[in-house]
Amino acid sequence: MHRVARFARAQPTSAFVHRSFATHTSNETGTFTADGKQVVTMIPGDGIGPEISRSVKQIFEADKVPIVWEDVNVTPVLKNGKTAIPDDALHSINRNKVALKGPLETPIGKGHVSLNLTLRRTFDLFANVRPCKSIIGYKTPFDNVDTVLIRENTEGEYSGIEHTVVDGVVQSIKLITEEASRRVSEYAFEYARSIGRKNVTIVHKANIQKLADGLFLATAMDVAKNYPDITVQDALLDRVCLQIVQDPTDFSDTVMVMPNLYGDILSDLGAGLIGGLGLTPSGNIGRKASIFESVHGTAPDIAGKDLANPTALLLSSVMMLRHMKLEAHADRIQKAVLKTIADGQHRTGDLGGKATNTAFTQAVIKNL
Amino acid sequence: MNRAVSRQIPAASRSFATATQIPGAANLNGNVYAGRHTVTLIPGDGVGMEMAGSVKAIFKAAHVPVEFETFDLSSYNPATDANKLKEAMDSIKRNKVALKGILHTPVNRLGHISLNVGMRKELDIYASLSLIRNMDGKWATRQQNVDIAMIRENTEGEYSGLEHTPVPGVVESLKVVTREKTERIARFAFDFALKNGRKKVTCIHKANIMKLGDGLFLKVCRDIAKEYESSGIKFEDMIVDNASMQLVSRPSQFDVIVCGNLYGNILSNIGAALIGGPGIVPGANIGKNYAVFEPGCRHVGKAIQGSNTANPTALLLSSIHMLRSLELDDHASRISNALHKVLAEGRVLTPDLEGKSSTTDFTLEVIANL
Repeated sequence: MHRVARFARAQPTSAFVHRSFATHTSNETGTFTADGKQVVTMIPGDGIGPEISRSVKQIFEADKVPIVWEDVNVTPVLKNGKTAIPDDALHSINRNKVALKGPLETPIGKGHVSLNLTLRRTFDLFANVRPCKSIIGYKTPFDNVDTVLIRENTEGEYSGIEHTVVDGVVQSIKLITEEASRRVSEYAFEYARSIGRKNVTIVHKANIQKLADGLFLATAMDVAKNYPDITVQDALLDRVCLQIVQDPTDFSDTVMVMPNLYGDILSDLGAGLIGGLGLTPSGNIGRKASIFESVHGTAPDIAGKDLANPTALLLSSVMMLRHMKLEAHADRIQKAVLKTIADGQHRTGDLGGKATNTAFTQAVIKNL
Repeated sequence: MNRAVSRQIPAASRSFATATQIPGAANLNGNVYAGRHTVTLIPGDGVGMEMAGSVKAIFKAAHVPVEFETFDLSSYNPATDANKLKEAMDSIKRNKVALKGILHTPVNRLGHISLNVGMRKELDIYASLSLIRNMDGKWATRQQNVDIAMIRENTEGEYSGLEHTPVPGVVESLKVVTREKTERIARFAFDFALKNGRKKVTCIHKANIMKLGDGLFLKVCRDIAKEYESSGIKFEDMIVDNASMQLVSRPSQFDVIVCGNLYGNILSNIGAALIGGPGIVPGANIGKNYAVFEPGCRHVGKAIQGSNTANPTALLLSSIHMLRSLELDDHASRISNALHKVLAEGRVLTPDLEGKSSTTDFTLEVIANL
């Protein structure tokens, strides 16, 4: 099969197009169609998932984003007695390298491992990027929040290694490796560069966990040497929790990087500062693929009623566009979403308004 | 600096008359001669000296029958202070009651382990209580109607200090959870709720991920909750990341919180930030045989050391709780009334509460109001 060279996005109908037998061609950066659009896997998810995914698709189409969607379903199937993601979903994400994911229903029952965990392990999603920015138009007791947090996503306290030593005594093992710490730190510095923040803050509890967090801290400081244009500092976790609530603007110029558990807690804390998970985007960066997702629930009570707020998924899709270097589209769509909320006439119920999902989506399209 | 809007109406605060009852704190059979109690005092690092000085001055002015055995332990000189540490520990074991500031813990791997943690483990003062609530006062706070008793297990969990490097570049850190210690802390939480008319105990955990460790913690708390069911105290549980989010957006939903060591650390810091900072959060560490009172939100305050700007309220409130545990209620109430009056008036406040006064000024103002 003839491989299509990866050509500049500015010229999707470039003369370099070669006729090929398959409509799409894949390389190490992703899958592309014959006319230069990138194929992106879409996992609509459950509950309000399909509705908010539809909003994203409509807005992308209106802005003529050069993307073609490939919808898949990740509802786990039992393969040889083990929970597994369906094969076609797996292949799709492996091929396309980029995916957008809506909320997933966690199946209850024996043998079902957390879907998020499975996705994370399958695609080696090592860094979770969680920006939290105050949304104008949705007031919280905290103004001007603009934090960026990068959380190590594969080890730490979530290693899943636990055992009962004797009856009534349990040990949970927190695993810190230099390799994973290095990987996530490097990503943090690169990310800081890419968004123009000149400082990285390493958050840890190395005074108490001298070896574990000590290793994380030492590795991150070592990585810092390769980025002389970015200043680095470290901060104790408790001090960060205190400061970020006392004055979130203290963290507007830095990118925070930290191990798994602290990242989990601080990222939800950040979401709490700006108004909840319904407004927070999230990106999972991996070696084999990157998955951008909304982190709120499936909201079964409003599913199918055209009431859902697609903001979280939209902001995650904007993160995805930046990851794909489609900056212009990202800027436009982000501006349109934030303007629609700020204007106030088309806010969904969770933001105190009365607009339907459709009305909100149309308003965003108009604001493009 | 971005500060929240000032409150217009003072928040509802617990009346001075109903003092907090701490389970087990009284009847410690400490060191008393002719009505004078002997108490160990460890000022600690950072602003510790200044705050301790303030407490001593106020105690003197209020004629509090307490003698302090003071130990100037400093975490910055651990080698030379090894002897002092032993003396201090022996003193606490004799007196049963201590008042303490925070000792610094170095991040350096070759530095010593936390003296604070070491002390808590040796004395087995397993229950850490931090009281986080809006007080009458004019400083800006992010949230209103906050009145949370944070009860945190003090001796195990993530602070076990058990780590090793199996191969270079790979470290395992052990978090230990035991049924015995979890039962203890759960009982303390429910007893606290019972004694103080609290309505709900919330267990904070991450049992969905740490199924065995936090799973055990949650299960034991649930079991203990059943024993207190008839007294009407509700029990609920919440996952720690959700709890952090809820704490900043709707803190009024929390009443008594019981949790492990690390989560308690995180949540008490978040809570302190909501109501005005670590300068006004009192705390106590209670064990079977000893009680050590120290500020509830544990920061050394190195940056403002020596500048006479530290807020002694946290240590002072902790010392008031100590006086109540020594059954010196009259003195406790006198100092408490004076302190709350100064805070509410708002004329003389330290910088952390948006005031311009020094530690000394604040101390003198409290004394003037006795």
